[in-house]
Amino acid sequence: MQESDILFLEDSFKKYYFNHFDQITVPERTSEREFGYQKFNSGMTRHISLKDDKELHLMLMQNIPSDVYCSNAYYTFPNLPMNEKDWKEADLIFDIDAKDLNLSCRESHTVSICNDCNEVSKISTQCSKCNSSKLEKKSLPCKNCIDASKIEVEKLSKVLIDDLAITKENIQVYFSGNEGFHVYVYNSQFQDIGSRERSELTDYISLRGAIPETFGMRKLKQNRAYFPDFDDKGWRGRFSKYVFGSKSKRSKIITELLANGYTSFQKTLDDVSENIGVKIDPNVTMDVHRIFRLPGSINSKSGLTKTFCDDLTKFDPYTEASFLSDDTVEVFANSPIEFKLKNKKFGPCNNERITVPTYAAVYMICKKLARIA
Amino acid sequence: MLALGQDEIAKYPFLADAGQYLKDQGFSLDQFGSDPDLKQLIEKAYERIRVAADGKIYKSDLDGDHVSKEAALPREVFSFLLAIVLLKLSGMHTLIKRFALAEARRAEKYLEKDLANISDESKNQLAIRVIDDLFSVQVKKSDDYFIIPVSDYLKHSINFHEREWKLINRHVENGQVFLSPHETVRLIRKELGTYINSKIINAKTPTMIPGFEDSVNKLVSLSKKFATYTVTTGEYPPCVKHAIEILEKGENLPHSGRFMLATFLLSKGQTVQQIAPLFKNAPDYNERVTLYQLNHLAGTSGSGTQYSCPSCEKLKTQSLCFATSECDNIINPLQFGRKKK
Repeated sequence: MQESDILFLEDSFKKYYFNHFDQITVPERTSEREFGYQKFNSGMTRHISLKDDKELHLMLMQNIPSDVYCSNAYYTFPNLPMNEKDWKEADLIFDIDAKDLNLSCRESHTVSICNDCNEVSKISTQCSKCNSSKLEKKSLPCKNCIDASKIEVEKLSKVLIDDLAITKENIQVYFSGNEGFHVYVYNSQFQDIGSRERSELTDYISLRGAIPETFGMRKLKQNRAYFPDFDDKGWRGRFSKYVFGSKSKRSKIITELLANGYTSFQKTLDDVSENIGVKIDPNVTMDVHRIFRLPGSINSKSGLTKTFCDDLTKFDPYTEASFLSDDTVEVFANSPIEFKLKNKKFGPCNNERITVPTYAAVYMICKKLARIA
Repeated sequence: MLALGQDEIAKYPFLADAGQYLKDQGFSLDQFGSDPDLKQLIEKAYERIRVAADGKIYKSDLDGDHVSKEAALPREVFSFLLAIVLLKLSGMHTLIKRFALAEARRAEKYLEKDLANISDESKNQLAIRVIDDLFSVQVKKSDDYFIIPVSDYLKHSINFHEREWKLINRHVENGQVFLSPHETVRLIRKELGTYINSKIINAKTPTMIPGFEDSVNKLVSLSKKFATYTVTTGEYPPCVKHAIEILEKGENLPHSGRFMLATFLLSKGQTVQQIAPLFKNAPDYNERVTLYQLNHLAGTSGSGTQYSCPSCEKLKTQSLCFATSECDNIINPLQFGRKKK
């Protein structure tokens, strides 16, 4: 990124942070958390401890970070090196990202930027200009991406509430600021479990590693009675609803499953897992030392804000998470894909000099599809 | 500590305070070495260890909840305590480990029986309390099942590698896991073994007692049987081969894949300088960052922690496992191609 772009982004981010202090607040038990931030074109500064909102705002104004993070873990000494922090517990966190959902719309709004010659194109294998294979992919998520991610959030909430006895009040959903959602779970029985346990929990939620026996299929001594019922709790119930479709078809389908045999059932399970398992990023949930994007801060991959979703169904990130100014600015844009922000359409544009509102300019520059003119 | 009756100490002898027990029964260790009647018990204790070393469970004189002979009760406890004395005197850690595991499995049987005992509520409650006191697992009874909180279940089940212990293969409802008495007890086997093991390790080693020498010598030669030698083929496991292929093609290997590859090669003795060029083709290659990260993993910079290669289970979760039949049930890629001789 060129110097003038960075200056422009920093200026826009600073204005946001200055004007929206009310939106950026420290989480509960502040002094037990680790904070960190990144500046444009620079590494991560972490192991920071803060007392209150005031200290956070000071840090933002002094450093104008590109990204701000806060731990989901609680420590006795958050500012010490990792192995001296004295880990106490951590909120359960989940990351749902549209890029992990294998959506068919993806190809239509993903561009490749060549690391060698900066050529932007929609071809994903190699650069159309210099044939380099070092391509950076940038996606401009569409409504379908957001809707599909919302469905995963709903699925996740259901498993958390129905199977794991988490209360609704203890689940908080945030738009990540780019392509998905972050889900926090507070005050659960899982606060003090470690990384390996969290990884197991992740497998449960995403329906990974199931054996045919769990859903009634056996190698020997097969019996129809072992198969799940429509009203069973947990994954057996969800399996029934997905595989049998209706109560009346249950018997017929069990006959088919038995006829197809054990090995085929394993394949059925893979398909079931792909379709009804919750698609969460396992690496995020099992990391108990992570610093996770701070709610209310800007995501430098897009210039959008990580925003609390009070009503997920109605939530529209392209109107509700864009807080940057409407002041116009001139940019060179090379964006083969059209996008919509604050109900306004932009692009596509092919190496054009255009005048756009700051929020749209920031979005394109963050996606490496424009530079300040 | 729990208040235990005679038959309970015989079933769970590791719960007893050894020194106190001998004193209460009016015996000293020296007497076992010299008194011909008591000396048989040393023989019995040796037998108890030998059976354990063979991976079998010592066949007790106890028959279910009923004791075959009144006198058998203290003898049961004595043979356990004397076995510990013999193990301490021999100093053979492989035997201690095997003994602790076998004793855990023996106790497991009794716990299971007590847990499933519907006619005697007190037996049932004792088992539940042993499990709670020793391993902080809160077991509740619900019809034919025992239910424990998912978080408690996970803390123990992660030590198992069999797929049926994965949470996804369990009946989970309302934040609880439903288990049979057998499964409940099986869940804590390893911890029970660890508990007994640590009790033995922490016990004071007495000076040699006259009359104990023969059995101790027999234990020393017994332990030699368990020394193993391993050879490795040196071939990389499929997951590592796959990661290298991806990088060679210049495709993107996720962070978790790079982590696995680097930690694997570091554990195999390669240096940071040898490993770094592998990442040259990565789409986002940056020499400075690569060296920094490799040094971090090797523990030569940063916190000084040397990171170890992730387990097969973890790699499966990260979609990095490409197991073949040659993997042969290993639980970490580092074990690939290792054969016992």
